[in-house]
Amino acid sequence: MTTTVALMDYADVIARFDPVLGLEVHVELSTNTKMFCGCPTVFGGEPNTQVCPTCLGLPGSLPVVNEIAVESAIRIGLALNCEIAEWCRFARKNYFYPDMPKNFQTSQYDEPIAFDGWLDVTLDDGEVVRVQVERAHMEEDTGKSLHVGGATGRIHGADYSLLDYNRAGVPLIEIVTKPITGTGERAPEVARAYVATLRDLLKALDVSDVRMDQGSLRCDANVSLMEKDAPEFGTRTETKNVNSLRSVERAVRYEMTRQAALLADGGSILQETRHFEEASGTTRGGRRKETSEDYRYFPEPDLVPIAPSRDWVERLRTTLPEMPAARRKRIQEEWSLTDLELRDLVNAGAVDLVAATVDAGASAAEARSWWVSYLSQQANNRSVELGELPITAGQVARVIALVADGSLTNKLAREVVDGVLAGEGEPDEVVDRRGLKVVSDDSALYAAVDEALAAQPDVAEKIRDGKVAAAGAIVGAVMKATKGQADAKRVRELILERCGG
Amino acid sequence: MSELTRLDAADLAARIQAREVSAVEVTQAHLDRIAAVDATVHAFLHVDTERALDAAKAVDDDVAAGRPAVSPLAGVPLALKDVLAMQGAPTTCGSKVLEHWQPPYDATVTRRLREAGVVILGKTNMDEFAMGSSTENSAFGVTRNPWDLDRIPGGSGGGSAAALAAFEAPLAIGTDTGGSIRQPGAVTGTVGVKPTYGTVSRFGLVAFSSSLDQAGPCARTVLDAALLHEVIAGHDPLDSTSIDAPVPPVVAAAREGATGDLTGVRVGVVTEFAGDGYQPGVSAAFEAAVAQLRELGAEIVEVSCPSFDLALPAYYLIAPSEASSNLARFDAMRYGLRVGDDGERSAEEVMSLTRAAGFGAEVKRRIMLGTYALSAGYYDAYYGSAQKVRTLIMRDFEAAFGRVDVLVSPTTPTTAFRIGERVDDPMAMYRADLCTIPSNLAGNAALSVPCGLSGDDGLPVGLQIMSPALQDHRGYRVAAAYEVARDAAQGGSLITRVPELEVV
Ligand SMILES: [Zn+2]
Repeated sequence: MTTTVALMDYADVIARFDPVLGLEVHVELSTNTKMFCGCPTVFGGEPNTQVCPTCLGLPGSLPVVNEIAVESAIRIGLALNCEIAEWCRFARKNYFYPDMPKNFQTSQYDEPIAFDGWLDVTLDDGEVVRVQVERAHMEEDTGKSLHVGGATGRIHGADYSLLDYNRAGVPLIEIVTKPITGTGERAPEVARAYVATLRDLLKALDVSDVRMDQGSLRCDANVSLMEKDAPEFGTRTETKNVNSLRSVERAVRYEMTRQAALLADGGSILQETRHFEEASGTTRGGRRKETSEDYRYFPEPDLVPIAPSRDWVERLRTTLPEMPAARRKRIQEEWSLTDLELRDLVNAGAVDLVAATVDAGASAAEARSWWVSYLSQQANNRSVELGELPITAGQVARVIALVADGSLTNKLAREVVDGVLAGEGEPDEVVDRRGLKVVSDDSALYAAVDEALAAQPDVAEKIRDGKVAAAGAIVGAVMKATKGQADAKRVRELILERCGG
Repeated sequence: MSELTRLDAADLAARIQAREVSAVEVTQAHLDRIAAVDATVHAFLHVDTERALDAAKAVDDDVAAGRPAVSPLAGVPLALKDVLAMQGAPTTCGSKVLEHWQPPYDATVTRRLREAGVVILGKTNMDEFAMGSSTENSAFGVTRNPWDLDRIPGGSGGGSAAALAAFEAPLAIGTDTGGSIRQPGAVTGTVGVKPTYGTVSRFGLVAFSSSLDQAGPCARTVLDAALLHEVIAGHDPLDSTSIDAPVPPVVAAAREGATGDLTGVRVGVVTEFAGDGYQPGVSAAFEAAVAQLRELGAEIVEVSCPSFDLALPAYYLIAPSEASSNLARFDAMRYGLRVGDDGERSAEEVMSLTRAAGFGAEVKRRIMLGTYALSAGYYDAYYGSAQKVRTLIMRDFEAAFGRVDVLVSPTTPTTAFRIGERVDDPMAMYRADLCTIPSNLAGNAALSVPCGLSGDDGLPVGLQIMSPALQDHRGYRVAAAYEVARDAAQGGSLITRVPELEVV
């Protein structure tokens, strides 16, 4: 069953429509325990092993708020320049779904803990867009369902469904933007940059793993189009399952071209939830709802209101780390980077790693070069994030130190890094085991140099005649003979010494 | 009937400590009594014979080893309302949806009882999910009032109250959302106390209406209720709405009251709770009780609480709203009844079939009421307005308690009605809680103490005494003083006038 979806050329979309975005980001907090019970939150446990009466919603169980989660919510709010509520409550969002043990989600409704903030987002070319933040509120995650059989992988038509409640009750912060307007053709880019900036911010706050691939950072993208100069927003769609930064950009762009084609054809947009298909880069519609969902929100009677004292809020404000944008600016100055170099560093996700490598004693230039080029390639080859490579900043710093003191050549250094990545141990162990130490014993080198000079007497003659550039051929021969373990600089010195005196 | 089952809890505990009788003998006597009369009364849904005897044995071992009693109620048997989780026993809430369900944990109240050496005999019948005033809404049959087997024992905690009046247990636990402890106490001639909201943990109490539910003690004497109150009350970190404050000194207040002096105590009679709709025998018994309080030295004044008239309609918006959400979890997915799972039907259909088959008519009525009241577009008019009424009621209490120490009223407008009499008339049924609901909405303390028999039908009448939040001891003092005067005037304890049950 494939129906061809009409899409409008992107340039035409922009010529005719203004896009309006609304981004809802769910962040799973990295607290040790769940939002309302003491169960662990670690990812990847055997199904239903991290559960208790409360997160299973057993009759008679009651929630108790995780104070660390509230603290994280306040810190996130402050980092997003939000007001922090003096008094707020949880609310019940009522709807039936098997992965929600109580058939209501404990969330916040009209009294979010943080509201009215903003986040500055820098695009690739340096343009800064200020995104207004409507609110950041606390809630609990649902469990996970796996619908087996059936055509759609959904509960309807499935042969059976499996439920895992390990995730049920994990603390979530939902961050909702105000409508983002006026970004024109850059809307998809802005969406991506906003999520990337938010991710970096949350990472700096150390409140979440912010792993989009594992679902600890999830983005729902609301997109609508309005005819140029139209008085009000068009009907929006909400696209879910957007699991990477790249997908955020693609999903927004796709929706713009899809909606534009529909509107241009005299059609109308159905307000619905759509699902992003990673493989094709398209979105598909959800099940049509006959009536709009009424969540029957009301204040959660099992919890008392949260009233963060101003003292506490101010104390938390002092715990905020340097914000990523400010940090980047500082790093650019300290490391004397061009805008382009900084951008490469940021895009490679290498800022923290380079900083840590510098902290471990390496020079900024060397550290940056390793992470942005060789290690980024390795990460690419393995299809993992840079930070997931099995090498630490300290190990990279050690390799750089070994090069600096002449123990390794750059080529050997790469082999040492390969060894570390292959799990062969610390850099020094790899050097020993693979026998990669630079041959710096001059007596061994003299022999190799003499042998090479003897093998190419014509070249030796040229050098003696003062044609120093000819030494390169002898250097190459010596390096070949020593399997690259000689220090090329020293070899050159010895050749000149032998030929000149 | 064994003499042991006629004794009150304080007396039993003392005799056990004095080694006059063993806890096992006491427990066995009550188990025998249950075996003899419960086929008639049907107070119990589950009798936990073996573990009850084990718990009694542990108390006897303590006594034998000379260890101090773990509490003033060590070894005393108790009947637990089936809405409180008890590990290893069914917890059904009187509903088919939870038939056979066994919680993997103890409610905090259950844990405290066990730790106090109280012997839990079993689980008592109740209106399904505590929704009702007659126990007729139980999915497992009606409970009969030992005073007249054709009449209801009140509700929702009719099983707990009937167990006391039938001498099946000297102590019981009830829960009170709109009067479910006090109204059964009134119609069975027993004492029932709704403590201040937040002073007894709700952890493990299967929620009906979270902002109103409160567990409390049921007994045949005021002192026994106070002793039980101190066992179950106290701050619990597992219940966020639990108040972190010392337990009010209710036992001391009950002992002080028993001296029979109420000089200087100001008692307010709620003027709204009288007149049309009040059975003449109830009004007469209430007025006689007020006269007795005056004789004990209390200063009696009339107090008007005009918003109390709005309490009933507000309650029937708030309680069903919360219930519609609290009861959503009974969906056949994780535990409890599952209907229609034939391998073909969808999860949604199974949920729907299970809820249709598992819930009784009254529960469904309230789920629908609550769902409607919370719906977009109706929320402000219904739930929102009801919350405003709640504030008005709190203000009335506040104003009243500025003038008097306690407020009194009849506990319920009539004596026990006949089984079946109100099943088709929900409004008549709801009126049974007319006088008790304000204290649930405001969260303050209130109790019911028997105040004689109604002249027109010879059935028990309850005197309700309401105290400010965390001032539960005031009610105990007045109730204990009244209890002494009442028994003196009537020539003996009221509960001894329960007709003998036919023993099978
Ligand atoms: Zn849990």
